[in-house]
Amino acid sequence: MSTPANARKSERLLNLLIMLLVQRHYVPKQRIREILYPEASQDAFEKMFERDKEELRSLGVPIEVGSLDAFFDEPGYRIRPDEFALPAISLEPDEAAVVGLATKVWEHARLAGATTDALRKLTAAGVETDASALQIAETRLTADEPAFDDFWEATQHRTPVTFAYRRSITDQAVQRRVQPWGVVRYSGRWYAVGWDVDRQAERVFRLSRIDGPVKTDGSPGSYEVPEGTDPRTVAQRLAPSPRREAIVLLVREGSGHGLRRDATTLATGVLGPDGLREWDRLEIQRGSGAADELLSYGASVIVESPLGVREEIVWRLRQVQEMVG
Amino acid sequence: MSRAAAGGAKDQVARLLALVPYLHQHGAVELEVASRALGVPVAQLIKDLKVLLMCGLPGGFPDDLIDVDLDVLFGPADDQDDADTTQLAASPGSADEVPKSVIRVSNADYLARPLRLTATEASALIVALRALRSSASAETAPIVDRALAKLETAAAEGSAPAAQIDPGVTPQALAELRSDLSAAISAQRQVRLTYWVPSRDEESERVVDPIAVVSTHGFDYLDAWCHLAEARRLFRLDRIHQATTLDTKVAAIRRPRDLTDGIFSLHRDSATLVTLSLAPEAQWVPEYYPVEAVRPRAAGALEIDLLVGDEQWLERLLLRLAPAATVVAPAALAERYLTTAAATLHLYEGSTVETA
Repeated sequence: MSTPANARKSERLLNLLIMLLVQRHYVPKQRIREILYPEASQDAFEKMFERDKEELRSLGVPIEVGSLDAFFDEPGYRIRPDEFALPAISLEPDEAAVVGLATKVWEHARLAGATTDALRKLTAAGVETDASALQIAETRLTADEPAFDDFWEATQHRTPVTFAYRRSITDQAVQRRVQPWGVVRYSGRWYAVGWDVDRQAERVFRLSRIDGPVKTDGSPGSYEVPEGTDPRTVAQRLAPSPRREAIVLLVREGSGHGLRRDATTLATGVLGPDGLREWDRLEIQRGSGAADELLSYGASVIVESPLGVREEIVWRLRQVQEMVG
Repeated sequence: MSRAAAGGAKDQVARLLALVPYLHQHGAVELEVASRALGVPVAQLIKDLKVLLMCGLPGGFPDDLIDVDLDVLFGPADDQDDADTTQLAASPGSADEVPKSVIRVSNADYLARPLRLTATEASALIVALRALRSSASAETAPIVDRALAKLETAAAEGSAPAAQIDPGVTPQALAELRSDLSAAISAQRQVRLTYWVPSRDEESERVVDPIAVVSTHGFDYLDAWCHLAEARRLFRLDRIHQATTLDTKVAAIRRPRDLTDGIFSLHRDSATLVTLSLAPEAQWVPEYYPVEAVRPRAAGALEIDLLVGDEQWLERLLLRLAPAATVVAPAALAERYLTTAAATLHLYEGSTVETA
């Protein structure tokens, strides 16, 4: 993997970095060429130097461009040590242990890698991140949605994006233009919150409903996130949880465990519609969609009230009969 | 993406920008210790150090170069041939053959501090800690808070914007269950589970040999050998009512399985291929469940093929969707569903509503 050519390039990159880091003033481009690229033609030098600068920048090395003085238009380069270096950070042993655990959280290749890289830098700064002594509940974060990485980047750099979005699987995908404000996770799924440019309104997008690639639609930093924006609050405002109501059910003895977990038992040994005293009367709290859940229990669960839920279930079961003819 | 495409040189520089300050901090360090602390294999570490030999101040004088003390660089194990260095890394335990090597770097004070965190690194770390925070107990939460505060300050100074990324809440009970199961896995202990099987709507107790905790499709599962079913099973963590670690050792140690094809490929051999017709309102089904085929039909309907391992599961799905889904094939499953629907309707029609 690491060939001699690679090693020479690593040397060149590191020497360039050191050269720009130790000078107090901008280093003229010509001097950089003489010292680090002595054998390259002008053309080859320009190309290599451009690429080398970009690679260092992509590692997070802050290379500044400036003029040497007012009469000299050749550009110069430097790296400010205070912008280059990780600020001093002192973590107590228990804090460092917590940070060490963070490397186990992401089950997402790129972000797991980024966390490991971050931890390596902290280790290099003298932080001892031994997590073995710490007892803490484990948490894992997954992000299977292909659009997740794009929204992560867009949110970090405040870059407008455009993408095809389906409001449901039957809807045609519609092209949307959005300024992302943040990304929020709800019960295992990720949502993006932002400003919909065409609709001129806040919107929430479920990342798994994005079709195809997410493209940038403007330059980084071209919008501001409104002060005090909390993505979770926005998501909740736009997708308010439905009003819940009490539902009274008859549940056959020994069944309906999924319902019993959060139900209040009102009575046991109740006489059921089958003429047997083998039913329990339970009360549960549910929002919309209760009929779907209750239907799935088939002949083990009968809704007593409210009437609306009961009628919906009866209507739907009759539809099934009618379709058979 | 950038890692693979940009190749070795960029990554090597990134490693060196951590290695030099690390050695600056610690003085002389054993090669093995540095390898562990930085998570870089020994062979790679040696290659990285060799690059460092040719780096330094731009004067071009020998004094300008970074000083690297590393006896193994010039010892018998050193060879340009990759195979040899790989071998060295592969046998870190063979201390008899490879003497403990100490490495030291000097004349590189300008690289005394590591490079600041990139925006992505800072956010990945901070969001991970926020996720830990959401499931932390009363004792550990303040520790996470302190660590978060310090890192957020460091990230803000480094001009990386605090990311607007909210990992949500992992219920503490679930995180604790996960920790208990992990502990049982490393101790190779059996666990007694009280588990709710939604497709059969029954709750049962079973003893399992836990193998691993895995996450997929937004849910966490315990991969375990179930002594009740006498088969390997996945248990969704949020359906485990109770888990008690037993004193008994597991019957056999099994390797965690590869879940790259998804967890649903597990019972493929015993599954039945079922064809369903879905009205438009039921079209979320192929979005949620792995299907073998999807065919668009007239008026926005879909026909899907899916592998069903548990007929009870299918019946509950059909009832939940009623009347938006019908079974095209096999006929026996269509019949079964209609019978249950009819029986349920019969109960409703035979009962009067008691006004509470």
